[in-house]
Amino acid sequence: MLIDCPWCGPRSVEEFSYRGDGTLKRPALSDNSMNAASAYVYNRENPAGDHMEIWHHGNGCRSHILVKRNTLTHKILSCELLGPYSPKRKKKK
Amino acid sequence: MTRYSAFEVIKNAFTGNKGWQPAWRKPEPKKSYDVIIVGGGGHGLSTAYYLASVHKITNVAIVEKGWLGSGNIGRNTTIVRSNYLLPENTRFYEKSMQLWRTLSHELNYNVMFSPRGVLNLAHTPGQMDLFAERGNAMRLMGGDAELLDRDQVARANPGLDVSGNARFPIEGGLLQPSAGSARHDAVAWGFARGADLLGVDILENCEVKGFLREGDNIVGVETNRGEIRAEKTGIAVAGSTSRVMRLAGIKNLPIESHVLQAFVSESLKPVIPNVVTFGNGHLYASQSDKGGLVFGGSLDGYNTYAQRGNLPLVEEVMSEFTAMYPAFARLRLLRSWGGVVDMSMDGSPIITKGPLPGMYLNAGWCYGGFKATPASGWCFAHTIANDAPHEINAPFSLERYKQGRPIDELGAGPTPGYH
Repeated sequence: MLIDCPWCGPRSVEEFSYRGDGTLKRPALSDNSMNAASAYVYNRENPAGDHMEIWHHGNGCRSHILVKRNTLTHKILSCELLGPYSPKRKKKK
Repeated sequence: MTRYSAFEVIKNAFTGNKGWQPAWRKPEPKKSYDVIIVGGGGHGLSTAYYLASVHKITNVAIVEKGWLGSGNIGRNTTIVRSNYLLPENTRFYEKSMQLWRTLSHELNYNVMFSPRGVLNLAHTPGQMDLFAERGNAMRLMGGDAELLDRDQVARANPGLDVSGNARFPIEGGLLQPSAGSARHDAVAWGFARGADLLGVDILENCEVKGFLREGDNIVGVETNRGEIRAEKTGIAVAGSTSRVMRLAGIKNLPIESHVLQAFVSESLKPVIPNVVTFGNGHLYASQSDKGGLVFGGSLDGYNTYAQRGNLPLVEEVMSEFTAMYPAFARLRLLRSWGGVVDMSMDGSPIITKGPLPGMYLNAGWCYGGFKATPASGWCFAHTIANDAPHEINAPFSLERYKQGRPIDELGAGPTPGYH
């Protein structure tokens, strides 16, 4: 599997570590319900098909990347940077 | 149905082997059953068998998408053990060990259970301390465990690199003598034959397309071979748990599907006497009765439903194997394959009533499902028959996550790929 890192270009999956489901939203600190907290920590959609997930390019540029990948074929459909250099974040400013 | 015996083998030898019959029928689905089990793998088959044999519920159907035993029951590395630390796990897997010991006789089918011992290698003094703790925990729970020093390990395992020059020199190990391996396909076929003899219908090539509901209740399944009704529906579909449960409207579960790869080498003369696991990484190896070395390592580590993995993991497993056994560096691989496993959030399984009325769930086996096959079916059958879990599987509920009572053997936290 090659992941197309937005900084480094296509690199082997062994340079990356998997950080799991990228669609999870941490509940707000003001949200006191146990349900929201335990759902965030434990529940996963685990789809068979397109999956949004976070990979960390630990043996490369060390950025976190949001990857859309098909879990049936391993085909990688899109990669975008997360964090301060994310193109989406710049647009907001 | 013919009972298998030495007499039958000899009789058939003289009559051209014409006296054998198929080990199970290929029945047409009935309109309704008392219980439907979704999934004709090891756990589904053993559940149906124990429903019929222990609880006398024989009007049971097993609904299987492909052919019998086409999933993880035929894709594992056949290791049977109960060397756990946490009491919930030890109790459950000890129950499984008990059932394994008499399984061939009970099923009248040779599952080739071979208690050849499972040896976990330790490479540091700290690891030896941890193994002493685990061994003591196992013995306190009624199991067997022996702490071996390096010389004892070397005597029993001539191929291992026990020298000080090894990449990770071996300090010793923890041996569970009563653990070992079994023939995985025979386990599926034996349970299938046993269940079929007691009247269970095994419906192969029968894929669940949806669930029948009356209000909130699940009252059966819709399949490509028609609607089948039942008061109780049990789900035991391993890696496909999230997909099947989504058909019932359950969108989120504490499960991720991952791929685990396994490997078989060309045949050798007997060289690995037991099951050996590497302590400075993740690798387990044994030798099949045909002589091939059967081994595997970690998960690939990402969500997947593809029954194949990637090459970096292959390289990792091979380098660990040759670090343990330098002599195997020139051995050729015959086969490698992958199986989709349902990794739970704490590395422990779920055997429970619910989450919907009329439904029962057996999932989250991570990569330890094979050794659990008899106990999983035994506990799941009890849960289905009595509408309540047995005390052995009561801790393995779905609610334990929300209640903050995970059973996390490794202490790895809620990241399924780390267990």
